[in-house]
Amino acid sequence: MVPLIVCEDLWKVYRVGDVEVQALRGLSVTIKEGEFVAIMGTSGSGKSTLMNILGCLDQPSKGHYRLGGVEVAGLQPDQLAEIRNQKIGFVFQSFNLIPRTSALENAQLPLLYRGLSLKEQRALASVALERVGLKGREHHTPTQLSGGQQQRVAIARALVTSPSLLLADEPTGNLDTQSSDEIMAILKGLNRDGITVILVTHEIDIAAHAAREIVIKDGQVLSDRTVQDRLS
Amino acid sequence: MTTFVWLTIVTALRILQRNRLRAGLTMLGIIIGVGAVIAMVSIGEGAKLAVQKQIASMGANSILIWPNYSMVSGVRGGQGAVITLTVADAIDLKKKIPLLAETGWSRSGSMQVMSGGRNWNTNVIGASPSVLTIRDWAYSSGGPFTQTDMDTAARVALIGQTVVDNLFESGEEPVGAVLRLKNVPIRIIGVLSPKGQSPSGSDQDDVVIIPFTTAERKVLGTSFLGSVNGIHVSTDRTEDVFDAVEQIREVLRSRHRLQGDRPDDFTIRTQIDVAKVQEGTSETLTGMLLAIASVSLLVGGIGIMNILLVSVTERTREIGIRMAVGAKRLHIMMQFLIEAMTLSMVGGGVGVLFGVAAARLTSIIAGWPTVISGQTILTAFGFSLVVGLFFGLYPANKAARLNPIEALRYE
Repeated sequence: MVPLIVCEDLWKVYRVGDVEVQALRGLSVTIKEGEFVAIMGTSGSGKSTLMNILGCLDQPSKGHYRLGGVEVAGLQPDQLAEIRNQKIGFVFQSFNLIPRTSALENAQLPLLYRGLSLKEQRALASVALERVGLKGREHHTPTQLSGGQQQRVAIARALVTSPSLLLADEPTGNLDTQSSDEIMAILKGLNRDGITVILVTHEIDIAAHAAREIVIKDGQVLSDRTVQDRLS
Repeated sequence: MTTFVWLTIVTALRILQRNRLRAGLTMLGIIIGVGAVIAMVSIGEGAKLAVQKQIASMGANSILIWPNYSMVSGVRGGQGAVITLTVADAIDLKKKIPLLAETGWSRSGSMQVMSGGRNWNTNVIGASPSVLTIRDWAYSSGGPFTQTDMDTAARVALIGQTVVDNLFESGEEPVGAVLRLKNVPIRIIGVLSPKGQSPSGSDQDDVVIIPFTTAERKVLGTSFLGSVNGIHVSTDRTEDVFDAVEQIREVLRSRHRLQGDRPDDFTIRTQIDVAKVQEGTSETLTGMLLAIASVSLLVGGIGIMNILLVSVTERTREIGIRMAVGAKRLHIMMQFLIEAMTLSMVGGGVGVLFGVAAARLTSIIAGWPTVISGQTILTAFGFSLVVGLFFGLYPANKAARLNPIEALRYE
């Protein structure tokens, strides 16, 4: 079976003024379908850049990235938007919900760009909200929800399209311990249901929820092992 | 795609509602612009219609010939100083030019008229009966005098509404009453229906019309019999007016023995000439007003562009989120275009109401005629939509070209 993610010799070079910054330097990684992977690294290690490329928000300067067998490097912005809409769900540290808009409408958002009817959008979004335990709060706006609940709306929004890949960038960074545990429990549950989850974090105990742990340093893979190996 | 458009319109309306003051101020430009366009065009169209009515009141196919100055040993008299047109000229025109349907002639003078204890200075016209037909007079009571009256120099008169108002109490019946002109008693046999102002601004109803012969022999007097200060002719069809004018010129020049390059001793004026000048004036005026109103619409458009640019900046993060979950450039672009057009459409709608109200008020307060046509409203409204679309393009394009990563990071 084809692995979900295949990265080969990824390079990303930025130019900040006269200085050339090499965020990724020949990074290669393969992730199979159904895995729960934590990507770790200090700030400036290149993990955010990798995350953006894996999420089809950015393009590598050089190298190959195949998602579900499809070469992503070199696609046009609208083609990337299509892939994000069809295959990828995002969860961000700062929730990134649209303000003054109900939980239901936030969860519906990706479906708006799929051309579904309003009825279908509402039905799917309701199911997704129920799955993250927010039944009954469909019409609350973000300011009427706690941080943990807001993040759950964000997860519902990521789920609503039934993506093959869920990318969570520091999903618990703005949350207290209890909410963090709840969020991680939801992510684990989703992974058990077959969704591939990639978790970007710098907290070692959050990473411990994953099955595999990849540490990035200076734009390259420093270590790649199962969490069990690290703990033992 | 239709679901997307509808939901986006709903979202746009919600955003407008949320920022009512801001949206209101932004729309003000469009409201004033559309309102001004509608009010101005209504006033312009009203003026044009009024002119057309006036022209019609003068008889659209009628041609008026009046005597020019004459030159005696190099001394030029003023217009009409010497009478050079005669009844014989008029009769000859009728005989020689088959295009002419009616031919009449008149003499006029300003004179004090009396009735009972009242008196009034008015314009007394001695006219042949066909002048009444050519000028298309109607009667609010009584009727015209006849060829017999003309032949017998009957002492009968038709009077205009202004004269009625000044010589009679309201409710008093003028027909049958007797006027005294220069101590000549003259019986009123008809009251002319009001025509209002002429295109040159004189009161067409301030008039007493008597048979030409009566005027010549008994009232106005004359330097020599048969001299007239106006020949009135008309054609059956408006298209024939210009040919008729040429033929009249030829006949009159030959009768007056004007040879080579000697100037005409008469002037020919058609109602079409007058109409053209008047319509030209009102069209120029409408055009100018419209140009000024359009500037306001343009400024309104710039206001929309400004507020949308602010909105794009404020909502950079939202744009980033939308892109991350799969919005294509076209989606983002349409979202902001729809917002721009919603602003201009709501503004345009309110502007239409204001414009119609302004036109009505102008009619009521200033008494100017206004014409509000559906076409004007549609055009103004459509124009506001185009303004919204045009000035929305730049901000919408700016939003669509944002980099999703930078947009998501925007604080």
